[in-house]
Amino acid sequence: MSVLLIAEHNNKELKPFTLNASTAASQIDDDVHAVIIGHNCDEAAKALSELPLIKKVIQVEAAHYENFVAENFAPVIVKLAENYSHIISSANTFGKNLMPRIAAALDTSQISDIIKVIAPDTFLRPIYAGNAFATVKSKDAKKCVTIRPTSFDPCESSGGSAPIEKADPGEEFAKTKFIKREEVKSDRPELGTARVVVSGGRGMQSGDNFKLITSLADKLNAAIGASRAAVDAGYISNDHQVGQTGKVVVPDLYIAVGISGAIQHLAGMKESKVIVAINKDGEAPIFSVADYGLEADLFEAVPQFLEELNKLNTIQK
Amino acid sequence: MKILVAVKRVIDYNVQIRVKEDNTGVVTDNVKMSTNPPDDNAIEEAVKIKEAGKATEVVAVSIGEEKAQETVRKALAVGADRGILVKTEGIIEPLAVSKLLQKIVEKEKPDLVFMGKQAIDDDCNQTGQMLSALLNWPQATFASKIEIKDGKLEVTREIDEGLETIEINVPAIVTCDLRLNEPRYASLPNIMKAKKKPIEQLNASDLGVDITPRIEQVKVEEPPKRKAGIKVSSVAELVQKLKNEAKVI
Repeated sequence: MSVLLIAEHNNKELKPFTLNASTAASQIDDDVHAVIIGHNCDEAAKALSELPLIKKVIQVEAAHYENFVAENFAPVIVKLAENYSHIISSANTFGKNLMPRIAAALDTSQISDIIKVIAPDTFLRPIYAGNAFATVKSKDAKKCVTIRPTSFDPCESSGGSAPIEKADPGEEFAKTKFIKREEVKSDRPELGTARVVVSGGRGMQSGDNFKLITSLADKLNAAIGASRAAVDAGYISNDHQVGQTGKVVVPDLYIAVGISGAIQHLAGMKESKVIVAINKDGEAPIFSVADYGLEADLFEAVPQFLEELNKLNTIQK
Repeated sequence: MKILVAVKRVIDYNVQIRVKEDNTGVVTDNVKMSTNPPDDNAIEEAVKIKEAGKATEVVAVSIGEEKAQETVRKALAVGADRGILVKTEGIIEPLAVSKLLQKIVEKEKPDLVFMGKQAIDDDCNQTGQMLSALLNWPQATFASKIEIKDGKLEVTREIDEGLETIEINVPAIVTCDLRLNEPRYASLPNIMKAKKKPIEQLNASDLGVDITPRIEQVKVEEPPKRKAGIKVSSVAELVQKLKNEAKVI
């Protein structure tokens, strides 16, 4: 039977992780269908139909789908699930919020946050903040799986032309009302997909000092990350948090500045290809995962870092 | 208003996790156990709501082995009124936990159910949403702010893009983010008092729920180790290495 992918979008565009989830879905079965639920989401549905991995798009439209309320979405997918062996979404806040509601309704034991498809019923997933990897095999007839987007490459986004079918909307769940969303707008690369991430921790000492992180990120065309300690101290907003309960990032280069390296933080960044740590405490655990460690006062090292970068003829973008 | 708070006993977040040599799981013998951190936020929030006069009773429930009683006792020490322990053995999946909680909810009839957004052992992030689906109640996941407004809750949720605010009718499920509040420590007199608070003990089998695992844990392994890195002596050396050796800038 085919795989049903739940597309994530903002009614106009697909969210980038839909491409990673498509790749994961295609590793389970070639016959991947995608459902897009929204309001006035034709453009996003069209973009979805252009992913070469998607064989069919199912579009479900209603005003009460505009804000992606899980209580409205879940019954639509539960109804469609009849024809599918697997339901797949990203393990970001969208999928985490939605998938268990579907799984419970289908009486399926969900498998969360997989990093590898071993077989259509067997998956690899990190547990204990990535300190152990579990191989798990689902015995349920229908499988609900969320995938860690950074563990799967994004698929091609053009060249396909899947048919778009419309399906009837479900009723509105009146007991939950969306009020507002405060999105943090930025011209920088997105934290989850950036090639370079520069992160600051408690060692930054103030929100104002985060300017140093910003300057370094500007120079390297990087996204800005932070440890939970820095977020909790109010130095920077929570959407920058990297770690077990924040975002998991796998950039080519991760630069940790003034971050000690608590287990929870390492869980979110230790799969990065190259890790740099700048910390004045030579014993800080961050050095145990760093490819290049610099034991130094960040308030001296970061300005020097900028100077050295200025001396380079070219910097990769 | 009555608030039920679900708490889970997990390996303490500061413990370095070790995988068992036979790859059947992680070492839990002689390892420090604690309350799952965001469950502490859930208890704290419930107790604060009661202290503000907006709730009449806070009931803490845990599902797990006999020793999970300590986790319930800790919740009582920071202000929960009474506890329930549903005894189970072995791995119990979020789907089974949510079915057991559904039975407790039917019995206790709380107006709100709070719990942490995720347990730091299996990192599943499922139970609250599943319970909410089984009860057909509204769900507010990853809550970082809760305001009670006549029969409704206004909840600010942490989402990837920033923050989202929703309004949900009571009864409802809320899963708590670490940012929701600062959990208090139990004072010694309150720890003593908690010893006298009642904990009802039930067996999962008494609740008529099939909790047989649906997922076979084939093996548990150490994650691949990172190659040991080097310490550089200066920023100039660091930049040179990044440029010429790692070739990432």
